Amino acid sequence: MKPPAFVYHRPGSVAEAVETLAELGADGKVLAGGQSLVPVLNMRLAAPAALVDINRLGAELAFVETTADRVRVGALARHAQTERDEAAFAALPLLRQATRHVAHQTIRNRGTTVGSIVHADPAAELPAVLMLCDGTMELASAGGTRSVLVADFFLGPLESSLSYGELALAATFSLPPPRTGSAWVEVSRRAGDYALCGLGLTVSLDEDGRISRARAAYISVGPTPVLVDLTDAVAGQAHDAADWSAAGALAAGKVDPDEDIHATADYRRHLVGVLTSRAGRAASAHAAKAADR
Amino acid sequence: MSEPTHEVKLTVNGVPHSVSVPARRLLSDCLRHDVGLTGTHVGCEHGVCGACTVLLDGEPVRSCLLFAVTVDGQSVTTMEGCRSAEGGLGPVQRAFMECHGLQCGFCTPGFVTTITAFLRDNSDPTEEEAREAIGGNLCRCTGYQNIVASVLRAAEILREGAVE
Repeated sequence: MKPPAFVYHRPGSVAEAVETLAELGADGKVLAGGQSLVPVLNMRLAAPAALVDINRLGAELAFVETTADRVRVGALARHAQTERDEAAFAALPLLRQATRHVAHQTIRNRGTTVGSIVHADPAAELPAVLMLCDGTMELASAGGTRSVLVADFFLGPLESSLSYGELALAATFSLPPPRTGSAWVEVSRRAGDYALCGLGLTVSLDEDGRISRARAAYISVGPTPVLVDLTDAVAGQAHDAADWSAAGALAAGKVDPDEDIHATADYRRHLVGVLTSRAGRAASAHAAKAADR
Repeated sequence: MSEPTHEVKLTVNGVPHSVSVPARRLLSDCLRHDVGLTGTHVGCEHGVCGACTVLLDGEPVRSCLLFAVTVDGQSVTTMEGCRSAEGGLGPVQRAFMECHGLQCGFCTPGFVTTITAFLRDNSDPTEEEAREAIGGNLCRCTGYQNIVASVLRAAEILREGAVE
């Protein structure tokens, strides 16, 4: 179908964008990559009175910055840019591991990392990555900029704490400690589709190669990504001989998935267990390699 | 009551176009109705099928998920732009013909644009890479095997052409 009519704004700077958004209030919606927004408009599931197109703000917002303790991704960095960024990959491999599961390359050429987070789809990968990396969101409005911790950002399906009049400027992912490995695994009906269940998992090793910490963030099994600390199940175990099925059982007990036409709640919970084992083994091997470097 | 329109300048297959369109005009519709190039096919219109894929400044994108006004000033390559310089079949089109990579042809423009960009970046792909490259495009006729063969054959044709 065709999208409903809207008033189109194309600001030339972040300052102008937040000014426009302040004037529009509840009538304004930000258009970045549009890979979630435009389908919603085409299907007439939403009809915002005005769109504020930030695609001309590349000079200010199309960045992926890596420093000693974080990766900061600007609102106009496309998934493809985040995925290809070598410095970000070296510092935080999980970002590329997860981004490769975001739809298809053609969608990743246009969709943005920050847009995916702001859209807050419980089936999306990037919100879970932000959660696993204890991230923060930078939100700008006419009144100034505020930072929101990821723990306070996701409120429910497609609902974040971004207010009317605010523009998400960037997402900041904290880097894990040394000797940390990660993995992203998911199961979907067809490659590139939304996951029936997926997770990112990080494992940190001590100097003897034993697991000191393990955490996972799950998608498609709750209203927001679900963060589970798996440390109790595997702490002190050798990286190549840990009881990941125990970690899977622990996680399966922490999620409360819904049933839909794609999968039953029981099947999703089953996937949480199985995929935790798979991701745990992969992340441990990855951590052991990181420890060797 | 008529909607306000915006002047949009696009370079399509190397030719400059200037169109006057409402903000909600999808790039797919702009190409078909305003520019008059019907090689871009519109399938699902929500980004799933890939039939409308065009190259925006060289990179594959879904033209049904873009507003024409958003890409004002940019360059678009459509199916029509994937012909050979002499006007005959381009290398990817030729490979599709040789390998029976199409039946009804509805999805073909999206495949041809996607594969054209893919082979530009990877001139000698493995079968696995070829499958991954077309993973975002749906075809209901062929069962994909012949399309995978077409990708590999197109790569061959392009490499032969590069040697000549």
